[in-house]
Amino acid sequence: MTGSMDLPAKGGFSFDLCRRNNMLQKNGLKLPGFRKTGTTIVGLVFQDGVVLGADTRATEGPIVADKNCEKIHFMAPNIYCCGAGTAADTEAVTDMVSSQLQLHRYATGRESRVVTALTLLKSHLFRYQGHVSAALVLGGVDCTGPHLHTVYPHGSTDTLPFATMGSGSLAAMSVFESKYKEGLTREEGIQLVSDAICAGIFNDLGSGSNVDVCVITKGKTEYLRNHQLPNPRTYASSKGYSFTKGQTEVLSTKITPLKQKVEVTEGGDAMEE
Amino acid sequence: MARFDPYENNGGTCVAVAGADYCVVAADTRLSVGYSILSRDHSKIAQLADKCVLASSGFQGDIKALQKALAAKELIYEHNNNKKMSCPAMAQLLSNTLYYKRFFPYYTFNVLAGLDTQGKGCVFTYDAVGSYERTGYSAQGTGSALMMPVLDNQLKSLVLSYCQLRTFNTKLLLVQDAVTPLSESDAVDLVKDVFASATERDIYTGDRLEIVVINSSGTHRECIELRKD
Repeated sequence: MTGSMDLPAKGGFSFDLCRRNNMLQKNGLKLPGFRKTGTTIVGLVFQDGVVLGADTRATEGPIVADKNCEKIHFMAPNIYCCGAGTAADTEAVTDMVSSQLQLHRYATGRESRVVTALTLLKSHLFRYQGHVSAALVLGGVDCTGPHLHTVYPHGSTDTLPFATMGSGSLAAMSVFESKYKEGLTREEGIQLVSDAICAGIFNDLGSGSNVDVCVITKGKTEYLRNHQLPNPRTYASSKGYSFTKGQTEVLSTKITPLKQKVEVTEGGDAMEE
Repeated sequence: MARFDPYENNGGTCVAVAGADYCVVAADTRLSVGYSILSRDHSKIAQLADKCVLASSGFQGDIKALQKALAAKELIYEHNNNKKMSCPAMAQLLSNTLYYKRFFPYYTFNVLAGLDTQGKGCVFTYDAVGSYERTGYSAQGTGSALMMPVLDNQLKSLVLSYCQLRTFNTKLLLVQDAVTPLSESDAVDLVKDVFASATERDIYTGDRLEIVVINSSGTHRECIELRKD
């Protein structure tokens, strides 16, 4: 059979369905929404390394989808990345670059460098022209020292001593701008990061629940999941709720018997293990 | 081209539950716009008459205007009829006031509650343009979709649902059976629990809960803390 064979897809997005989608939208179809993390993420450089922080609320519009999600993603044993924006995008892009870094470590036989992760992330995001909605705070310590970067959805990056991203970034940045100084100790760094995340949690409606912290120093990384839990449930009824049989109204009952008889055939092949 | 949008949603949720001789009205005290908090201590409950209270969520500008308009009309009624307005009378007035602005509505989601002329609890629930109904309980606002199913499960009686299926004229039955058999303290406990649950999942609900209980001895106000994130 001769015919033209489709070339295998080279990767990237296929925009074939865009015209159809626009037509459907014009005819009144509502597109499904994306789950955004509506977040506060921060990072700062202290005397021995970097501290990263994040809140733990994931929202779908006005509803909290996940009260305790993880926004600090693993990239390498010495590099972690906080993600804001569309949850699927931050998850996918950090997983992908993390795998690429591991392969690179096997190929080079060396510890990964933060600038490597940075270049891989920014080139991927630029290639997708901002359609991959991931805003990241990348931090780590390698042989060249501690590094902290922000990465924007369109692929631009900044290198900073302290950084905040997400819907709560203004609340967190106000704390950093007031209290940050060079040469913070580990305890001061963790405290400042927690304060900044709390500012986002309490003043930004898109952020909430708990504080996650990650401290990266030369040779050692500590992932402090739920370092602070400042939002316990305020009231729980002591009476409780009972769901007794008969409490749910049965509107109608219909019983359909399935097979009347089961036939057993003699012989046949025995099942393979 | 960006056009001027006259409306804004300031968020929040209101709930009311009617009992045999009491009425519980509750609303959170958070005022927000977009992703920001404007106030953690803003009351959504207004006392319109002796035994009649209005809880509203939605656009605060329209809420204030509506409360002012109703208070003025209530005063005129007092002058004309030499008596204070009853809760069912106020219910009709609110409906008419809302429908008057049918083509540029008040962006308000209201629950009117209190004691009727017989001293039984009554709750009236409205949409933005004045369609209303007397019920035994109701929730309005950003967290209403989270709360109503729980209230339905706990407060809707089996007898009521059976009757709704069998008769066409359900209005009579609804009014008679429109109150919960729960005690006042149980109703308050349920309202607190349901608000704490809605606060977990709705970003616009939280900070503090204001509970107003109306019974024969008067109006009693209480506040409890909610999650502030």
